[in-house]
Amino acid sequence: MSLLAFENVTLKFGGLTAVNDLSFSVEEGEVFAIVGPNGAGKSTVFNLISRFYDPFAGSIRFDGHDLLQVKPSGVATYGVARTFQNIELFEHATVLQNLLVGRHRHRKTNLLSEVLFLPSARRQELENREKVEEIIDFLDLQAYRDKMISGLPYGVRKVVEVARALATDPKLLLLDEPASGLSVEETTDMRWWIDDIRRQMGITVLMVEHDMGLVSGVSDRVLAMADGAMLALGTPAQVQSHPAVVEAYLGKAS
Amino acid sequence: MRIVFKTNYMQDIRPWKDGYQLTLYLILLVVVAAAPWLLDDFYLGELTNVLIWAIAGLGLMVLTGHTGQVSLGHAAFLAFGCYANVILLEAGVPFLIAFPLAGILTGIAGVTVAIPALRLHGIYLAIFTMALSILMDDVIVLAEPITGGVGGKFIGGVDIFGLTIDRWGTPAPFFWLVLAVAFLVTLGYINLLRAPLGRSFIAVRDSEVSAQAMGVDIARTKMISFALSCAVTGWAGALMGMYAGAFNNETFSVLISIQLLMMIVIGGLGSIHGAFLGAIVIGFLPQFLSISKEYVGALFGGSTVAIPGLEFGIFGMILIGFILFEPMGMYGRWLKIRTWFELFPFYRKDMFKRQKSYLKTERLR
Amino acid sequence: MDNAQLLISGLANGCVYGLIALGFVLIYKATEAVNFAQGDFMMLGAFVTIGLTNTEYMGLPFWLALPISLGIMGALGYLVDRLIIRRLFGESQTAVVILTIALGFVIRFVAGLIWGHEPQTLQNPLAGKEVRFGGLVLGMEDVAVIIVTILLTWGLYLFFSRTKLGLAMQGASQNQLAAYYMGVPVKRVQGFIWGLAGVVAGIAGILFAAKGSVDPTTGLLGIKAFAAAVIGGFGSLPGALAGGLIVGVIEPFASRYIAAGYSQIAPYALLLAVLIFRPNGLFSQVRIKKV
Repeated sequence: MSLLAFENVTLKFGGLTAVNDLSFSVEEGEVFAIVGPNGAGKSTVFNLISRFYDPFAGSIRFDGHDLLQVKPSGVATYGVARTFQNIELFEHATVLQNLLVGRHRHRKTNLLSEVLFLPSARRQELENREKVEEIIDFLDLQAYRDKMISGLPYGVRKVVEVARALATDPKLLLLDEPASGLSVEETTDMRWWIDDIRRQMGITVLMVEHDMGLVSGVSDRVLAMADGAMLALGTPAQVQSHPAVVEAYLGKAS
Repeated sequence: MRIVFKTNYMQDIRPWKDGYQLTLYLILLVVVAAAPWLLDDFYLGELTNVLIWAIAGLGLMVLTGHTGQVSLGHAAFLAFGCYANVILLEAGVPFLIAFPLAGILTGIAGVTVAIPALRLHGIYLAIFTMALSILMDDVIVLAEPITGGVGGKFIGGVDIFGLTIDRWGTPAPFFWLVLAVAFLVTLGYINLLRAPLGRSFIAVRDSEVSAQAMGVDIARTKMISFALSCAVTGWAGALMGMYAGAFNNETFSVLISIQLLMMIVIGGLGSIHGAFLGAIVIGFLPQFLSISKEYVGALFGGSTVAIPGLEFGIFGMILIGFILFEPMGMYGRWLKIRTWFELFPFYRKDMFKRQKSYLKTERLR
Repeated sequence: MDNAQLLISGLANGCVYGLIALGFVLIYKATEAVNFAQGDFMMLGAFVTIGLTNTEYMGLPFWLALPISLGIMGALGYLVDRLIIRRLFGESQTAVVILTIALGFVIRFVAGLIWGHEPQTLQNPLAGKEVRFGGLVLGMEDVAVIIVTILLTWGLYLFFSRTKLGLAMQGASQNQLAAYYMGVPVKRVQGFIWGLAGVVAGIAGILFAAKGSVDPTTGLLGIKAFAAAVIGGFGSLPGALAGGLIVGVIEPFASRYIAAGYSQIAPYALLLAVLIFRPNGLFSQVRIKKV
């Protein structure tokens, strides 16, 4: 069974059809990329998974659960983590605190034990800290651990956002344009990290990306979208040479 | 600059950075606790007032400073706590039960208010709470059989294990009572901030969408924040009532709500220190003004009549100054000064520079 | 007939609320900031005009004082933006709210210093005149209030929906940065709108002072007017007027048909109900946050 499955999902905003009868599935352990021109509905797909929007029709299933029955905060508890296109970090908190928020879904303590900071709360904090430190090591964020987000450069924020998503211990990681705005070196780093996330951590990755170099470098399968509908689905090479894609996307872009 | 080498995760988890810092705060606590021997009754009373305002400020800080929900109506919860405390005491409930219960009841009232307010953002929530605060005045008048209406209520001394605590009769024990409440609330607050719940408050404040994506239930988190905030505010209200001795519907007017919000902004939003620093300004400003008025009067031979609105006017100017030049409040300024000394001479002006957020509308048409 | 009389006086009151609400909405529409000192601007407008015309002060002729005081108020609005609000460019909405509340305190304090704390009335050519209409006796001031308010709302509405400048202002509020890139002089637009809000507050103040008496705490009326603006749906000019009228009319009727104390409660109770059930106001625009 696939990890994530979209079946005939349609979403309309007023008269505008943002996603049109879209079906695809993401298998466990793969890196799956969604490409397409601006306004093709790529980010909308992510926002549908995050339950920010209710689809007009169709079903979204994750790991055997019907996601449409879950409230937005419940998606993370099933093991879906994500980053945002325009970086949505907690600006006035440190990197460490940001990552620790990622551990929120593993919270076992309650209000009383936290206000009194009982030994159970202390233990939980130590556990969270150990997990978070692993991720800080993994993504080389040691130098920024106690820095406020509001003072960090863009490239670092991008990495912190990935780190925060990893801190939730997800099964599926959604990356919304992980390389946008990054320098060539930073993009290369990101590419190796995505590879490592899949290989070392065994996390399935679903990403939206414009950088075809990155897409063909790391993804197993690519979905090309235009106007909310599927154009082509296959290996990066297949999709890149697909006539409809060339016409709608690459033809215009390059 | 003192650099603490961390060898253990507990060093980040415990509330103090190192022994030096812990010692400083302990000394501060001891000095404040010794205030009854150091100050005369008048200034002890003023200090008590400052601490009560600080507790109220901590209450509002949870909601506004850490969860990002602006409330212009916390005077309503001060009133609720105050009346709850007195009514329970009058019913013969011992103080040690009545007082905690007053806060808990206020917390429940806060949640009741929070449920319809959950969908409201920013200024809409501010005006919602402001309307509550205005209505509270009328509700107290209408509920005369319980609240005493315009005539108000009186409260004398209370009894704790045979020890009488009275603001006028025994100012020292009353001061210690207030200090104990302030201390415990602060301790709980510190604990909260180093636990998941406190972090989820900050997450909701800084980005609701990504908090949600991390599994934080926004509605629930806001409700808990309202509950804690209102409970603490309720305790502050109960103490305020005991401090004033008599109160009616006008004691907790909407102006008090506004003053409380301004206080934590001046002190510094999003920090525990801010509540205390702001309370010091609120508490001592009237004294400072009357002293300087006498001084100016003596110098120029002018009269020393009261100028209505002076206190609020000056307070408003201080606030405008802070928002323009030090949006992080007194605590933010203090951090900068400390960093300047620690790094001397390597401090750079833009060290605390924050990124500006350009306004994008949430309206769609 | 009594009810009709009550309705007319309620409408006249409501127009004043509506005018203050108009100031709120103007600034919000163009800059998405909320000026909580709008009520105090109105109070100041009233006092400035009183200071110019009333015989115990400067004693200028009413029709000469009128443009001068509106000019002063416009300049004041512009200066508030220029000297204070503009520095907050890029800060949160809440910072502006708190700042303008503080500004209100300062204005009240200063007005009290200059004009004292006794209630005063504006000496004006309409004072004491009456209009008979059917069986109703209407004060000329009330009629003037209603006419001026309707004309002003209509004019501003046309300005925002028809003129290039008005549309540019709306654009500036939707996305400051984008508007800036598109060549809209965002800062100048903002200064202009604050000046305009000052003038509207001046008009409201003059009408209010002609109808009744003002003292420095009159500025607190702004809270009620803000309630009116929210009831009408923040961001819509006709909505602001409608909200003002609703609040103005509901007050006398609540105190007549429920109990005296309820004229205070009714507007805020209505506000709470609107916020709970129709958070976008009775005449609303849709609100969805986009990620």
